[in-house]
Amino acid sequence: MQDMSLDDIVGNPREYELTFYDGSSRKVYVTEIEAPYPDGKLIVSRTDKAGIITHVNRAFVEMSGYSKEELVNQPHYILRHPDMPRAAYRDLWDTVEAGKKWHGYVKNLRKDGGYYLVYATVIPNIRNGEVVGYTSVRRKPSPRKMAEALTLYAQMLLEEQA
Amino acid sequence: MSYLMTISPDFAPELIAGWYIFNTWLQKQLGEGIHLELFNDFESQREAIRNNQIDIIYANPFDASMLIREKGFTALVRPVGKQDEAVIAVNAARSVEQVEDLRPGIRIASTDDPDVHMMGMIMLEPADLNVENTERSVVDSYIIVAKQLIRNEADVGFFLKEAFDNLSNFTREQLKPLVESEISIIHHSLLIGPRLAAQQDRIRELLLHMTADPKGAGVLESLGFQGWEHIDEEDVEFMIDLMDTLV
Ligand SMILES: Cc1cc2nc3c(=O)[nH]c(=O)nc-3n(C[C@H](O)[C@H](O)[C@H](O)COP(=O)(O)O)c2cc1C
Repeated sequence: MQDMSLDDIVGNPREYELTFYDGSSRKVYVTEIEAPYPDGKLIVSRTDKAGIITHVNRAFVEMSGYSKEELVNQPHYILRHPDMPRAAYRDLWDTVEAGKKWHGYVKNLRKDGGYYLVYATVIPNIRNGEVVGYTSVRRKPSPRKMAEALTLYAQMLLEEQA
Repeated sequence: MSYLMTISPDFAPELIAGWYIFNTWLQKQLGEGIHLELFNDFESQREAIRNNQIDIIYANPFDASMLIREKGFTALVRPVGKQDEAVIAVNAARSVEQVEDLRPGIRIASTDDPDVHMMGMIMLEPADLNVENTERSVVDSYIIVAKQLIRNEADVGFFLKEAFDNLSNFTREQLKPLVESEISIIHHSLLIGPRLAAQQDRIRELLLHMTADPKGAGVLESLGFQGWEHIDEEDVEFMIDLMDTLV
């Protein structure tokens, strides 16, 4: 996947190199600027079975900072934030591949290097008895539970890096 | 053969006459007997659905899910431009400006509309409020939700946005909306059951052409609809998936 571009970044970024499950890697720039979750909205995306984005709604476009064209046909890890532990996504994939619903608190990376916090639910899309893809719906999180999740993620990251 | 039609119990009471007019129009067009039965609450309607009594239904998105996935119903059309959105409001005199100002222990007034209540509860989550630390009173109409807020018998009220917008100015001025959903994907739809499946294309065509026919246009007007719009299977499946992520 293409590296992030410094031209898109707002503020003073840290730099990371992320490696994804498919072996590809990406240079990302990360700032401490939070984009507040818009009240009353749901951020919706759908992927194929491999996690390639097939649909996004307007709130998704607004919050991620990418255009629809930049998102569709890209792997969903385009939003992967270096503060998120790998194990969280492994749990997501294990759960939905088993045909079940996954819930979790997620920190996502914006095109401009900022981040946004969500409570996400991912479900398999079953048509005529077969999984054809996945849908994720995010909403504004409970701040208490979000804070607990971020603390846990920080510990998990340390363990993953150890 | 005679069929049974019903509508989601969250219909606006002033539209009852409109639904009877629609029912009469549909019977004439189809040349079939269709009886319109109105249920007072969701539970009694669901009982009729479980007993396979219903053939045509204007359904709440919650029930659409059960009707399609468990009862073999097909969604034909939805009203143009009508979405189910929710509003959370408080008494205008309260010093509460946003959901985050609300505290545990609040009393919620809502109706038994399942989708509006669900959206309302989701919009309270950013204040760390949930079923465990709130109290709920279920009332019969949005007018009563408004009254409970005005009399301080409830702290927050959940409204269908359309119902909130249709409150009298006098009532609305005594209320303060805190947050409004902007989901755009959740809507009521008209579904038919297995006994009418063979007539699916014909019924859909009739409904889609109502605007072009003077009689049909009048019927739509009495329902407060601009027209019906086609929904295909994937549209409905997507809505049901989305509802599934929210429950
Ligand atoms: C429907 C769906 C939505 C997803 N949404 C996100 C997301 O918003 N942010 C994210 O980082 N990963 C998301 N993922 C997980 C990514 O596919 C990926 O697993 C993750 O970014 C970590 O990358 P990795 O698996 O290559 O390590 C989603 C997956 C699915 C199936």
